[in-house]
Amino acid sequence: MTLLAVERIKLFSTRSPYWCSALALALGVGITAIFAAASDGPIPLGLTQIGSGQLAIAVVLVMAALAVTTEYRFQTIRATFLAVPNRTSALVAKTVVVAFIAALLGEIVAFGSWGVAKLISPESDLAINTAAEWRHVAGIGLIYAFGAVMAVAIGILVRQSAGAIAILLVWQMLAENLIGIIPKAGVKIQAWLPFMNASHFLSMGSDSPEQGGQGVDFKLSEWGSFGYFAGIAVALLVVALVVAKRRDA
Amino acid sequence: MIEAIGLTKRYGRTVAVDDLSFTVQPGQVTGFLGPNGAGKSTTMRMILGLDRPTAGRVLIDGKPYTDLNRPLRTVGALLDAKWVHPNRSARAHLSWLAKSNGLPKERVGQVLDAVGLTQVANKNAGGFSLGMSQRLGIAAALLGDPKVLLFDEPVNGLDPEGILWIRTFMQNLAAEGRTVLVSSHLLSEMALTASELVVIGRGKLITQTSTQEFIDRSTGNTVLVRSPQASKLGPLLVDKGFTVHDGTDGALSVSGATSDQVGDIAAANGVVLHELSTQRASLEEAFMQLTGDAVEYHAEIGK
Repeated sequence: MTLLAVERIKLFSTRSPYWCSALALALGVGITAIFAAASDGPIPLGLTQIGSGQLAIAVVLVMAALAVTTEYRFQTIRATFLAVPNRTSALVAKTVVVAFIAALLGEIVAFGSWGVAKLISPESDLAINTAAEWRHVAGIGLIYAFGAVMAVAIGILVRQSAGAIAILLVWQMLAENLIGIIPKAGVKIQAWLPFMNASHFLSMGSDSPEQGGQGVDFKLSEWGSFGYFAGIAVALLVVALVVAKRRDA
Repeated sequence: MIEAIGLTKRYGRTVAVDDLSFTVQPGQVTGFLGPNGAGKSTTMRMILGLDRPTAGRVLIDGKPYTDLNRPLRTVGALLDAKWVHPNRSARAHLSWLAKSNGLPKERVGQVLDAVGLTQVANKNAGGFSLGMSQRLGIAAALLGDPKVLLFDEPVNGLDPEGILWIRTFMQNLAAEGRTVLVSSHLLSEMALTASELVVIGRGKLITQTSTQEFIDRSTGNTVLVRSPQASKLGPLLVDKGFTVHDGTDGALSVSGATSDQVGDIAAANGVVLHELSTQRASLEEAFMQLTGDAVEYHAEIGK
C-alpha cells in the first residue's frame, strides 16, 4: 500500500498525467460531439466510442509510457531503486497506479462520449441495455487499464520516451491494421494480434460496424479476446520486470 | 561501516573496477580519491545496489544494500544532484522519498530547514541552481537520519561558499559518529575534508591510509640548490646516488635528498652555494604521479 501511495505522489506531482488526461478527454468526447453534431439523423451507440476506442487510447498509452520513461530520463528511477531496492515491487506498484488511473479515465471518456452524444442528438436510441452494449461502453476502461500495463512494460524495456511512444503508436494505430493487407494470411494473423482482440472485445458484432476488426475471423469469444489482450500485457510486464531486475539501473 | 570485498565490474572487455577491497569506518570522513574514470562512481553505485558487481560483494553494516529494510533509514546517498524530476517541487520530491521508507512527514520540513531550502520548497526542482540542487540532494540523503552517508563529488561546480558549507556539513556528520564516504578527484579538496583516504586508479586500489600519511609520502622532498659551481656539484650528487635535474637559471633540483645532505656534500667539496631550499611537490603533482599509472606505482612501492 505504501508503494502505491508513493507512486501516486510521484505521478500527480508532475504535469504530464494532467495534460494527457485532458487531451484524452478532449479527443474522445470531442470526436463524438463532432459526429453527433454533423450527422443528420439519429446515431447508433457504436458511433459514440470511436474516439475513445481508437484515438484517445493512444494518448493513454503515451501517458503510461511516459510515467516510466521520464523516470529513466531524469534518473529518478535510481532514486526510486535506492528507496525501494526491491525493483519488482516498485515497478508493479507503478503499473497498478497507472493502470487504475487509465481505467478511471477510460470510464470517464466512454461515458462522457455517450453523454455528449445523447445531449447533442436526443433523438438517437443510445440506451445501454444488452451485455454487448455495456461491454462496448464500459469495456473501454478495461482496455485502457491493460493497454497502460503494456505501455509501462514497453517503457521499462526501451527506457526512453521517443522510442517507447513510437513503438506503441505505430503498433496500435498502424501495424496491426496494415498486416490485414497481406493476402490471405493477413486476416489470420490479425485474429491473434493484441489490439485487434481489444477491438473485438469492444465490438457489438454486426451492431457496431464502425469499430475496427471487421472481416477478421476471431477464434476467441469477446471475453476470450479480452483475456488474450490482458494476458499479453501481463506477459510483457513480466518480461520487463525480469529485465529491470537484472540490468544495472 | 562499509566493506568492499574483491569488488569487480566489467563492461564487456573494459574493467571499470578491478578486485577492489577496502573498509570505511564510522566517525570520520573517508575520502574516495581517484582521477576521472577511475571507477569511483561505479563503485558507489555497486555499494548502493544499483549496479550489479561482476564479482565480489560490498556490505553495509554486514548486509548488502538490497537486503536492507527501509534502506534510507540506514544509508543516505547523493550520487547526482540531478536525479530529480524538473517539474516536481523539492517538497514533493522529498515527500515521496519519505513515504517510501515510512518516514514521518515532519522529516521533510526538518531536512529542508537543515539545508536551507525551506523558502524554495514548493518551487520546481528544475529551476534550481547547481548549489540548490546539491542541497536538495543532501536533504534527500539526510531524510532517514542514516548512519552511513555516501557523497559522489559533492563539491563539483560549487562556489567557495557552497564548498565550505558542504565540507563543514560532512565533518559534522562524521563527528556525530556516522560513516561518511566522499568521492573526489581533487586531493587538495580531500586534504581539507577527509581524515582517511581510499585511493584508486584504473579501478584498482592504490592505497588506503590516513590523509596525512598519504600526503607526506606522496609529496616526496626535492631540494633546490643554486651554485656558481653547479657543473662541479651535479656529478658529485649523482655519485652519491641522488637524481639531479637541471632547473631554471642554472639551479639544480635534487630529488631523494635532504637539504642537510646536499649542504654537507657541497661543504666537503668546497662548493659555494647561493641557495639551498626544500621544495614540496604540490598535491596535484603528487596525486598525478601516483594515479597516472597505477601499475608503475605498485612497482615503486614494492621495493
